[in-house]
Amino acid sequence: MAPSSMAPQVQFVLLFSRQGKLRLQKWFNASTLKEKKRTARELITAILARKPKMCNFLEWKDLKVVYKRYASLYFCCAIEENDNELLTLELIHRYVELLDKYFGSVCELDIIFNFEKAYFILDELLIGGDIQETSKKNVLKAVSAQDMLQEENETRSALEELGLPS
Amino acid sequence: MPSSKSDTMRGLAVFISDIRNCKSREAEIKRINKELANIRSKFKGDKQLDGYSKKKYVCKLLFIFLLGVDIDFGYMEAVNLLSSIKYTEKQIGYLFISVLIDHSHDLMKLVIQSIKNDLNSGKPIHISLALNCVANVGSPEMAEQLASEVPRILVGSDTMDTVRQNAALCLLRLYRVSTKILPPGEWTTRIVQLLSDKHLGVVTAACSLIYELARENPEDYKACVPLAVSRLSRIATANYGDLQDYTYYFVPAPWLSVKLLRLLQTYPPPDDPAIRARLHECIEAVLNRAMEPPKSKKVQHSNAKNAVIFEAISLIIHYDNDPDQMVRACNQLGTFLSSRETNLRYLALESMCALASSEYSHDAVKKHQSTVIQALKSERDVSVRQRAIDLLYAMCDKTNAIEIVEEMLNYLKTADYSIREEMVLKVAILAERYAVDYTWYVDTILRLIGIAGDYVSEEVWYRVIQITVNRDDVQGYAAKTVFEALQAPACHENMVKVGAYILGEFGNLIAGDGRSSAGTQFELLHSKFHFCSTATRAILLTTYVKFINLFPELKGQIQKVLRSDNQIRNADVELQQRCLEYLRMTNVASSEVLNTVLEVMPPFPERDSSILAKLQKKKSVISNKNLADGKVENSEGVILLNLTLIIALYLVLPDLIARDPVEPAPTSTIDGASSGALLVDVFAEAEPKLPQSSSEVIAQDNSDKFLMKNNGVLYESSVVQIGVKSEFKQGTGVLSIFFGNKTNFQLAAFTSVVECSADLQTECPPINSILEAGAQVQQTISLEAIGDFMETPLLNLSFNMNGGHQRLSLNLPVFLTKFMSPVEMNAENFFMRWKNLSGPAQEAQEVFKAKFPMDKEQSSIKIQGFGFSVLEGIDPNIENFISAGILYTRQGQVGCLMRLEPNLQASMYRLTIRASRDNVSGVLFKLINPHF
Repeated sequence: MAPSSMAPQVQFVLLFSRQGKLRLQKWFNASTLKEKKRTARELITAILARKPKMCNFLEWKDLKVVYKRYASLYFCCAIEENDNELLTLELIHRYVELLDKYFGSVCELDIIFNFEKAYFILDELLIGGDIQETSKKNVLKAVSAQDMLQEENETRSALEELGLPS
Repeated sequence: MPSSKSDTMRGLAVFISDIRNCKSREAEIKRINKELANIRSKFKGDKQLDGYSKKKYVCKLLFIFLLGVDIDFGYMEAVNLLSSIKYTEKQIGYLFISVLIDHSHDLMKLVIQSIKNDLNSGKPIHISLALNCVANVGSPEMAEQLASEVPRILVGSDTMDTVRQNAALCLLRLYRVSTKILPPGEWTTRIVQLLSDKHLGVVTAACSLIYELARENPEDYKACVPLAVSRLSRIATANYGDLQDYTYYFVPAPWLSVKLLRLLQTYPPPDDPAIRARLHECIEAVLNRAMEPPKSKKVQHSNAKNAVIFEAISLIIHYDNDPDQMVRACNQLGTFLSSRETNLRYLALESMCALASSEYSHDAVKKHQSTVIQALKSERDVSVRQRAIDLLYAMCDKTNAIEIVEEMLNYLKTADYSIREEMVLKVAILAERYAVDYTWYVDTILRLIGIAGDYVSEEVWYRVIQITVNRDDVQGYAAKTVFEALQAPACHENMVKVGAYILGEFGNLIAGDGRSSAGTQFELLHSKFHFCSTATRAILLTTYVKFINLFPELKGQIQKVLRSDNQIRNADVELQQRCLEYLRMTNVASSEVLNTVLEVMPPFPERDSSILAKLQKKKSVISNKNLADGKVENSEGVILLNLTLIIALYLVLPDLIARDPVEPAPTSTIDGASSGALLVDVFAEAEPKLPQSSSEVIAQDNSDKFLMKNNGVLYESSVVQIGVKSEFKQGTGVLSIFFGNKTNFQLAAFTSVVECSADLQTECPPINSILEAGAQVQQTISLEAIGDFMETPLLNLSFNMNGGHQRLSLNLPVFLTKFMSPVEMNAENFFMRWKNLSGPAQEAQEVFKAKFPMDKEQSSIKIQGFGFSVLEGIDPNIENFISAGILYTRQGQVGCLMRLEPNLQASMYRLTIRASRDNVSGVLFKLINPHF
């Protein structure tokens, strides 16, 4: 997990609740399942222990963890030590905005029940740990295009079930 | 819009609700197990599952995995989904693979096949899914198999913008896995051109890729600099409406701006004056924007704006060439220091640290000293206080050292435990580095021990002893101060150690004062004895025997203590032995002998060059971690290491004495052999405990074996073999280094750089940055001796293997003697020259015990190996060796004469070296002596 010159910009993204339940995890660095579990556990404990007035950055091993709380959820991103912390904070915000726009006033339950969507939206924003698209409009366009395909699929399978060719 | 999703995969939603309704962890596990059993039976069942069901079950498995349960089946079904024609099934299949599958999974081949199919499907949405998956998983196998397809998609003329974005980042991931997939050349120009793409999303993604490529191959990608500057300039001058959705809370394209500024930090300032001027304008524009009134009160606006400002300041610091901008940057950070946002204060402190180490801005940073000290006192967040400490450390110089050290000591009293040790180190370093007055230094270190004794490492208290021993102007003061400090009823054990050592050496300097008479000193120390650990007790015992020498009037009292049952029958072998030996020694030895044995310790050597470089390496590891700014000078570390050895000797003294022909100590636990073993033990314990990094190898010094030969294997591990072939002629030489990769992996970012003293000039061409599996590469270094160098040059290797970074430092076998050529001369000539070279700095002589069998032929070979002649018939004693040589350096030739006189009965040698240039004899002596 040591950051080398070839580490992705964002090494991992974690979403967890105030109760410490992990809601989403995305790892861009090559670490084993065991390491991932330990990292998540340690970080959740460390972040939940922090007070509201503290800064949003946490030095953790060789990484810097940027986190922010939105309602009952904590969003956190691990970046390299000399990476831009403030903009990472805004990357988190952009993700929250996207979720909010997509689900319409997002809440923790939306993310629990539609976890795969939360992943798909993140995939439009970040690929392999680097920013792909920062335009809110473009991301939402891509996600709704996926939904259109889904509906098509479903209509087609419904028709098939009725024995009608699509 | 999301309404359509709620009714998909109803079973999944029901399952998630069930889990949420579970009252206990046990109930949850029960429910999960039930579901797992259900899914397993579905997958194993005879009935062919349709795509929808497969998708649903795979999705359930994914959910279960995210709950923290390991999933060991369902992979095959997920891989099947990849070849579904339905987008959503494919999408879930890819998600499962991205989240769960391991590089080495058996199904990887099938996954790659599906990815290939999708990449060639011609359907942009399928291509995107596949690229995204590759970017997430990024196995070496994928890199190998997809290396040709992804760049093609990236620059293809008919590729959609979103796909291009995917491809850029996918390629980036593959490049990180294996840099060889994209050698500079074929694609370089077209990739760089992406910086001018009209779609800002494409530019942003491409910028990440180019950044990494440029860092690996700066020369090949330097065309990106003007393009980046031009892009930056267009953003800087844009109105916020111009960039449409890429304007974030009134800040134009912050992500792209930061990426471009970061890309520019890969390069030195542009040479072209026009580009340089344009970039200067951009940076000014960014700094100007900081002064403008905010366009929005939202924190998003100020964060994005400040993110760009911080990145611009990083670039200014990277260039380190524009005093005006650096001072301006510093002032900007100064305003952040008083911001209400904790984040800004934290980042400003961090950024200022870098400015403090530049000569242009050091003084500007110092203006903020009081604010920083205030931050140390009032910040509520420990990480911000930590930054304040780092900054104080970085801005410290001789004008403000006393004040800064004082503030740090004050803060140390209440500092968080997590940062105390590091603070102690910093205070100790500053106190020493800027000590004008050594009494201040001694005070500071003793206060450190008083305030945070538990965090004072051996290095720190060794060091105060070392300085006291070496500086006679501070010895009396140090003795007085430790004596006073020891008066405290509960003083720290480290204080006892320092006190014991210093009083044992210099207690006599304060014994004239009735308040600190010899007896009082002894009683004071002995009152601590029973509260101390064995190690400290051992030091105290040595102090006691030193007292017998310093203050003969205490002999009876101290001997009584040594003789007491507590001591002489101590269960600890070390303590028991010390007591017995000291007691014995003080009984049998005359006062002259005692005086010689227990004399004041000689000054510690100030420098020892051969380990200097090694320690510097180790220091750099520490400084990365602890000392943040890497400004630690290496000399202190070196001295510490020596010191450790010398103190070890001090601790071991009794063992050496035990070998005297005095009758063996009457004890059953110690026999003759164990004292030797103990000696080794004490050394082992006294070994300095420096932090080790697994990736950093300070190689075993193997270079000595090359003193008398020129070719061979310098270093070998399971990863690399490094061979050396060298040739020297008069003042110059050529050294060929062969690097062999013994692994089955490629070693990337392979660099090999030589570091040496100014007295040796080396020319070291860069080598190919890739070392393929099993391959060998040669690096040829030309050398010229400028003066009489002592340090061997250091070869610093670094490379990436399997994603890990490795570093290795080796001493290269280049010794001063390599530039020596033998000279023949007759007896008359020899003695005439010998007599002429009689100045004290021209001669080095010592009598020492032979370290090898005294074989005449061997000795002759060794002497010639060092480049000297062996002259016959000059010395009347045929056992003696007479030799001469000329040392060629650019500063001139140095005539060197040597006489080696063996004494076979006593197994001793006398070695005398004389040289026409001052100090050369000493250097040669140090090289030659260990080999006889």
